[in-house]
Amino acid sequence: MAISVAEAAKAGVPVLLQGNEAVAEGAIAAGVRFYAGYPITPSTEIAEVLSRRLPEVGGTFIQMEDEIASIAAVCGASLAGAKALTATSGPGFSLMQEMIGFASMAQIPCVIVDVMRGGPSTGLPTDPAQGDVMQARWGTHGEHSVIALVPSSVEECYTLTVEAFNLSEQYRTPVIILSDALIGHMREAVTLPHPDKLRVAERGMPDCDPDEYDTVSSTIDNILPRPPLGSPFKVHVTGLVYNRRSGAPDTADPATAADLGRYLREKIYHHRDAIVRVEEVEMDGAEVAIFAYGSVARSAMAVVKKARAQGARVGMVRPITLWPFPTAAVARMAEQVRTVIVPEMNIKQMSWEVEAAVKGRAKVVDYGRVDGELITPEEILELVKPEFYYHRWEDT
Amino acid sequence: MSALVDEQRLEAAPEDCAPPRIKPHTTAEIRRHLRTPKTLWCPGCSNGTITRALIDAVLGLAIDPEKLVVVAGIGCSGRISAYLEYSTVHTAHGRALAVATGAKAADPGLEIVVVMGDGDCAAIGGNHFIHAARRNVDLTAIVFNNSIYGMTGGQTSPTTHLGDKSTTSVYGNVEPAFDLCELAHAAGATYVARGTAWSYQQLVNVIAGGIVHKGFSMVEAMAVCPVYYGRFNLTPDPAEFLRLQKEHAVPAAKFEDETRSHERYPIGVLHHAERAEFTTGLAGLKERAREAGHA
Repeated sequence: MAISVAEAAKAGVPVLLQGNEAVAEGAIAAGVRFYAGYPITPSTEIAEVLSRRLPEVGGTFIQMEDEIASIAAVCGASLAGAKALTATSGPGFSLMQEMIGFASMAQIPCVIVDVMRGGPSTGLPTDPAQGDVMQARWGTHGEHSVIALVPSSVEECYTLTVEAFNLSEQYRTPVIILSDALIGHMREAVTLPHPDKLRVAERGMPDCDPDEYDTVSSTIDNILPRPPLGSPFKVHVTGLVYNRRSGAPDTADPATAADLGRYLREKIYHHRDAIVRVEEVEMDGAEVAIFAYGSVARSAMAVVKKARAQGARVGMVRPITLWPFPTAAVARMAEQVRTVIVPEMNIKQMSWEVEAAVKGRAKVVDYGRVDGELITPEEILELVKPEFYYHRWEDT
Repeated sequence: MSALVDEQRLEAAPEDCAPPRIKPHTTAEIRRHLRTPKTLWCPGCSNGTITRALIDAVLGLAIDPEKLVVVAGIGCSGRISAYLEYSTVHTAHGRALAVATGAKAADPGLEIVVVMGDGDCAAIGGNHFIHAARRNVDLTAIVFNNSIYGMTGGQTSPTTHLGDKSTTSVYGNVEPAFDLCELAHAAGATYVARGTAWSYQQLVNVIAGGIVHKGFSMVEAMAVCPVYYGRFNLTPDPAEFLRLQKEHAVPAAKFEDETRSHERYPIGVLHHAERAEFTTGLAGLKERAREAGHA
């Protein structure tokens, strides 16, 4: 490589990057110094790049014995103070669910990249899919909240990885990046943000004496960082229900369980407006909206351009944050348009969620593919046309 | 014999690597390393004895409690994490070694002791166990082996012996038991020792030896579980259980018998070797990567 990714970002010159490489470089820029993973298509390049890049910056790369061990090691490294990442695809993501729950319960900042492929089971290992969007939300057992981001370009693979780490540190929670085989393996020329323009959240220490540590506790608006293992604070970390103040396990008191359970949900949902990012395209005066995320949003974007060029008022709402669900943005869209089209590479997973937020205010048209093929602009346009029965479409 | 292929190491005879001799500490000294005097362990359970042995070893080696991390799994033994006044992690069932590997690699300055039960270590966590041993990560794994799943009420574990009764082997167990020490050795552990709740001082010493050793140390602490294992198989009387343990355990130096069984097994340091340690290897790799990057 004539110029490194970091140098290109500093110089403001474009660089040809693959989506998975962009995740790896974004992780380095975010200050990630630990990666544990297990090879799986189509995510493997993230591990390959980081096995080379992390040691260069003093970080650690470990190839673990399986995905369970990978997310477990990520939790351990994060507890020891490192920003830690793992990446996988469907089968590995399923194996990780228990420890994602542990990270959620024990409030361990970490990021999990799921480069989605066709499933269930071994499925279509080299083909893109979006079948894990509900697993990302509800894959681990028990009531919990989660943040999930969906990149739809190589540039976003980079910037959202940085964003994912910022969110995970701020809210002390696992954050999931839902890439897919298309985004992960696609190459684009991207001009990356200058390092000085990149906001990188660092983990702090609680502003109190170790002796007072048991007497302070986080509030929804002030989530305190946890000191690392091996510090004078002598923290206790557990997956059992625990007292939020002392950290001690307490499974006998329903009030303690309720306090923790509600806190774990509300620390995310109370900040939903600050967390959620949605891109709205050509929504001014739109009569029909396409709700699309990830790689499908690229086809939807082409449709919006085509339709607008012909005078049909079509817009797009693209969630960048899939969880928490952008309910407010969908409600706003539902007030405005008569039809929402939801193309996705699964069957109805997000369209159900859209319908719940639309609450009957607009018609919701779902369209799913699970054959490993991309959803093309032509297919989406065929869904758009009947919504403008009065419009004379020119050949496209 | 170890199962590692390209291993180059010197096997030291057990007598050449006698573990440190630790002077026992007073109960008042021990208590300062506990968050609470209360535990949920049954009356007659030896987990408290093994916990004390760990604290005795830590005190005897003068390890800074602020630098010590105990990572535990799930089960009776896992509850130790809430009792010890160190940095402690109560992980998920079977995952303690994988979590500890990540923590140690991220901060090699940590002194990490991993506490697991027999089912935790050898059944659900078996994969992590053999790979932690193969990597030779500088961790000290203490397996509280009571030959049964106690927390869930007495089911068969991978160390329940052939013919033993449990709530899931009411007609007698048809599976043979793992010898965890031989398993650890075969997988590449560089310090392997066994102790019993009965032989307290010897247990303290072999735990201390494991902590001092640079590499993957495995200490199998033979526990007594009168409430489940004993009641179904041996004796429900804790004192009698301990007395039987004394009969069954033979010091390694005197163990000449070739047939090991649950009624005759060696205790002491069973294997000891020096081999490249994982985090040291990672540090070297970082050096090489930096040099290559600057070249």
